[in-house]
Amino acid sequence: MAEHMPVDKTFKLFIGGVFPRSESGRTFQVHSADGDLLANAAQASRKDLREAVRAARSAQAGWADRTAYNRGQVLYRVAEVMESRRAEFTSVLIDMGHSPGDATAEVDRSIDRWVWYAGWADKLHHVLGTVNPVVGPYFNFTFPEPTGVVVVAAPDDPPLLGLLSRIAPVVVSGNTAVVATGGPSTLAAVTLAEVLATSDVPGGVVNILTGEKGELLPWALGHMDVNSVDLTGAPDGLEDEAVAAAADNVKRIVRADPEGASPYMIGDFLEMKTVWHPIGR
Amino acid sequence: MTASTVFVPTKGGGPVSTTPVDAVSLEARAAALCTRSIKTTSKRSALHTTIRCIDLTTLEGTDTPGKVASLCQKAVRPDPANPVIPSVAAVCVYPEMVEHAVAAVAGTGVAVASVAGAFPAGMSAPAVRVADIADAVGRGADEIDIVLNRSAFMSGDLGRAHDEIAAAKEACGAAHLKVILETGELGSYDQVRRASMLAMAAGADFIKTSTGKIPKAATHPMVLNMAEAIRDYADQTGVVVGLKGAGGIRTAKQAWHHLVIVGETLGTEWLTPDLFRLGASSLLNDVLMQIQKLDTGRYSGPDYVTVD
Amino acid sequence: MAPTDNPHEPFGIDYAPAPESTAVVNIAKTYGHFINGDFVEPSSGATFPTVNPATETHLANIADGSAEDVDRAVAAARAAFEGPWGQMPGSERGKYLFRIARQLQERSREFAVLETMDGGKPIKESRDLDLPLSAAWFFYYAGWADKLEYAFPNRSVAPHGVAGQIVPWNFPLMMAAWKLAPALAAGNTVVLKPAETTPLTALLLADVLQNIDLPPGVVNIVTGAGATGAAIVDHRGIDKLAFTGSTEVGKAIQRAASARRIPLTLELGGKAAHIVFEDSAIDQAVEGVVTGIYSNQGHVCCAGSRLLVEESIADSFVERLRRRISTLRLGDPLDKNTDVGAINSADQLQRITDMVATGVSEGADLFQPECDLPDKGYWFPPSVFTGVQQSHTVAREEIFGPVLTVQTFRTAEEAVEKANNTPYGLSAGIWTEKGSKILWMTEKLRAGVVWANTYNQFDPASPFGGYKESGFGREGGMHGLAPYLHERADLTGGGA
Repeated sequence: MAEHMPVDKTFKLFIGGVFPRSESGRTFQVHSADGDLLANAAQASRKDLREAVRAARSAQAGWADRTAYNRGQVLYRVAEVMESRRAEFTSVLIDMGHSPGDATAEVDRSIDRWVWYAGWADKLHHVLGTVNPVVGPYFNFTFPEPTGVVVVAAPDDPPLLGLLSRIAPVVVSGNTAVVATGGPSTLAAVTLAEVLATSDVPGGVVNILTGEKGELLPWALGHMDVNSVDLTGAPDGLEDEAVAAAADNVKRIVRADPEGASPYMIGDFLEMKTVWHPIGR
Repeated sequence: MTASTVFVPTKGGGPVSTTPVDAVSLEARAAALCTRSIKTTSKRSALHTTIRCIDLTTLEGTDTPGKVASLCQKAVRPDPANPVIPSVAAVCVYPEMVEHAVAAVAGTGVAVASVAGAFPAGMSAPAVRVADIADAVGRGADEIDIVLNRSAFMSGDLGRAHDEIAAAKEACGAAHLKVILETGELGSYDQVRRASMLAMAAGADFIKTSTGKIPKAATHPMVLNMAEAIRDYADQTGVVVGLKGAGGIRTAKQAWHHLVIVGETLGTEWLTPDLFRLGASSLLNDVLMQIQKLDTGRYSGPDYVTVD
Repeated sequence: MAPTDNPHEPFGIDYAPAPESTAVVNIAKTYGHFINGDFVEPSSGATFPTVNPATETHLANIADGSAEDVDRAVAAARAAFEGPWGQMPGSERGKYLFRIARQLQERSREFAVLETMDGGKPIKESRDLDLPLSAAWFFYYAGWADKLEYAFPNRSVAPHGVAGQIVPWNFPLMMAAWKLAPALAAGNTVVLKPAETTPLTALLLADVLQNIDLPPGVVNIVTGAGATGAAIVDHRGIDKLAFTGSTEVGKAIQRAASARRIPLTLELGGKAAHIVFEDSAIDQAVEGVVTGIYSNQGHVCCAGSRLLVEESIADSFVERLRRRISTLRLGDPLDKNTDVGAINSADQLQRITDMVATGVSEGADLFQPECDLPDKGYWFPPSVFTGVQQSHTVAREEIFGPVLTVQTFRTAEEAVEKANNTPYGLSAGIWTEKGSKILWMTEKLRAGVVWANTYNQFDPASPFGGYKESGFGREGGMHGLAPYLHERADLTGGGA
């Protein structure tokens, strides 16, 4: 029998549940830590970002309308599929220069991290919501709601754990995400996209753009239909002026520990809604 | 109760409907109206208007001709020392006392109102209640105060409650009919709103809060609620119905806040004895003392008004 | 016209004047900044006047804060943070807040009268809303000062340091209380700037702070207009910023502060939908709509400025509304029976006048009750626009005045769609007696506060703040504490 000729993967964007190339036709080379060419990945343009925001917006209400229990299960299913692709994630990390031991450890932590966040879907209200003892005959309570569409600048390091640690707190509450990645996290992101596409996550809930974060972020920060931008993984060169543009629609700007995990990190992408109703008869 | 209830007025005209009432907002609005600050000239006109709208009442098992005579004298000349003080609108007594009252107020312009229809519970046979009304009218009463059949109303037999009022109205002849809802027993503002509409549709000339025989009576939000019902009825039918607050109104300040509530809700054209009454007994002396304070600049005391 | 003294005059609701006495307030000719526990002259020597908007009379000259003044205030706040205040146990900090609350209660009449004189709002509102709530805010947060570790499970928190706080002119003292109480309870020190048209109650609060022996520098009050605010926003010694005011200025502050990456809370404008269904408690809904837009002359960020009424009852509801509005009493804000006071400033009156003119020119129908406006002062009658479409300027832009627009809807979905079709998201009102519909609407409306079968209720225990361009961060409740605390760097994380 002839030796199997490997079939190389085409690395594309992930928008609205499908895998388009960049509308710009651009690609960029992804090299391994040893300098081997691993892929010609799609280099997202501002128009790809626009399409991703559109997809995220149209998916958002439906995702948020799911029951928290259901969102938790859908996200848990992602961990199940990741588990089945452990070898692929590990190999991606080794390609990026991790030792096999470090790669395995990061994959383990990443899957566990995702499971941890999935479990928050139906517990957030307990921890972040309140019933408020106001003066007067009113029942008054405060509960969290997703802020809407969030653009996430994924951290380069750690490539997989950082990516998942920033996406999970966005989507668990019902936000949808447009994730801008590049550099060392590109392959992890594309692999994650394939996981998401084969899981139960509805199209548009997580959209993944590979390319130059520094090119995409100013467009995201200025986009009037984006509610929040997570700059945790923003490149150092991002100009103050670009960040200032977030004020044009009063975006919520988030910067966090790329490896951290906390319900308060979910809280960064939530709005608190307070409801009053009289108590009478 | 959320759905609105529709009644067809006895005297014809299109159906009228109730609206739900939110208790907390209603009470907040009434409380806000009770922060109206009534000073100087407004206070004087409020006090005089209050007197003109009082149904000076005695409804005791111990009422006698002598007691009624004394009450009537007070009704006609509330402050013997001050001729500017007007007479009250009416005296309100039991049927057995009507003739004594009629004799005492004859020619003074003060009307005689009688409770009737097995007041205060109304728990007698319909024929007995109608006979009681006819009896009071026959004795010379100008106005008849009856109770809503709460037993029928609370058991859901709105038709019976309605028809009995219509029958009472017929028994009244030319006498004016005031229907007491006994609001403190109805359990909610929604029910009071519904009972108000029912009574008006059945032909009441006045709707009245209470008998004065139970503790929860003419509260400010209750009067506001009923004033709003009267406004709605007038809007829907063009028929103007009066409002009587009774029970628990003891101070001048309580009274003028009722005037504020009715004035700001229905308009000041309602603040005449034809359309507004306050059923009370001890209220009158508090009003008189307030007027003495305005006149003299000094606080008065109970020895300077008459106990009748 | 007031009634005559004729005893036969029937009682009318054109009540005799019932003015609150101004003898209780004592206004100085000139006010300096309150820095490090003392009133100090502005470095430039410059002052600006504050006037009574109901009479246009001059009340006092107010120090105009320069960058140098702000610098002095920040230095004092820093010293206090690093000194007594920063080292004080929470239980002791709390006692100072309790003292402030008590003094506000004790001197509430004085504060209320001064608030009304400086800002034009009816005395019944400053007396019954602004003052009780201001005191309540300090009382509520006082109790948090020694319980911070219970507020945020698994998180160890610490104050930011020096907070810069800029408050608006619509609820001058109350907005200062909303900002100061949580900041101080959390252990921060503060540089506060009241609005230039309404500085007097904040300056009277400084007197309270002196009386209760608050350590110098814990609260510093610098007066001035936009330039003074900008100096606070730009000051490198400020560790946290909080602003309540217009969306336009809020955006400028977010822009200016973004490069410094300091925590920011913004409570900005609104264009709230007030939604009335056919099955509502109609009379209370009318009251709610009236309270929602005409209280405080509509100078309320969460004002229910857009009435959305179910088409089946629109005509009768508007008729009820008109009748009710015609009973509103406009005039002397110090009169205890005044419902609608003076517009806060000549500038604001001009803005309202221009917006209403735009509404008329775009074809909406304007209703204003017959209403005598005083000759002196800044006044605008309660106004209702009917025939308004979603595209009309008056239905889209915040007017911040006593102007209601009326639109209709046919279904709950349509009401939600219209309500949410705005860049703002501060508040919303719903009137229906159907519980499940309330909760359905509550979930769909993109607004930080939803009042169902009530409107314009506030409480220190109740978080308040906006979605979208109405700002971020919450004031009130446990959530209002969070913006004044950060997670200690040495104790990050939790979770997997």
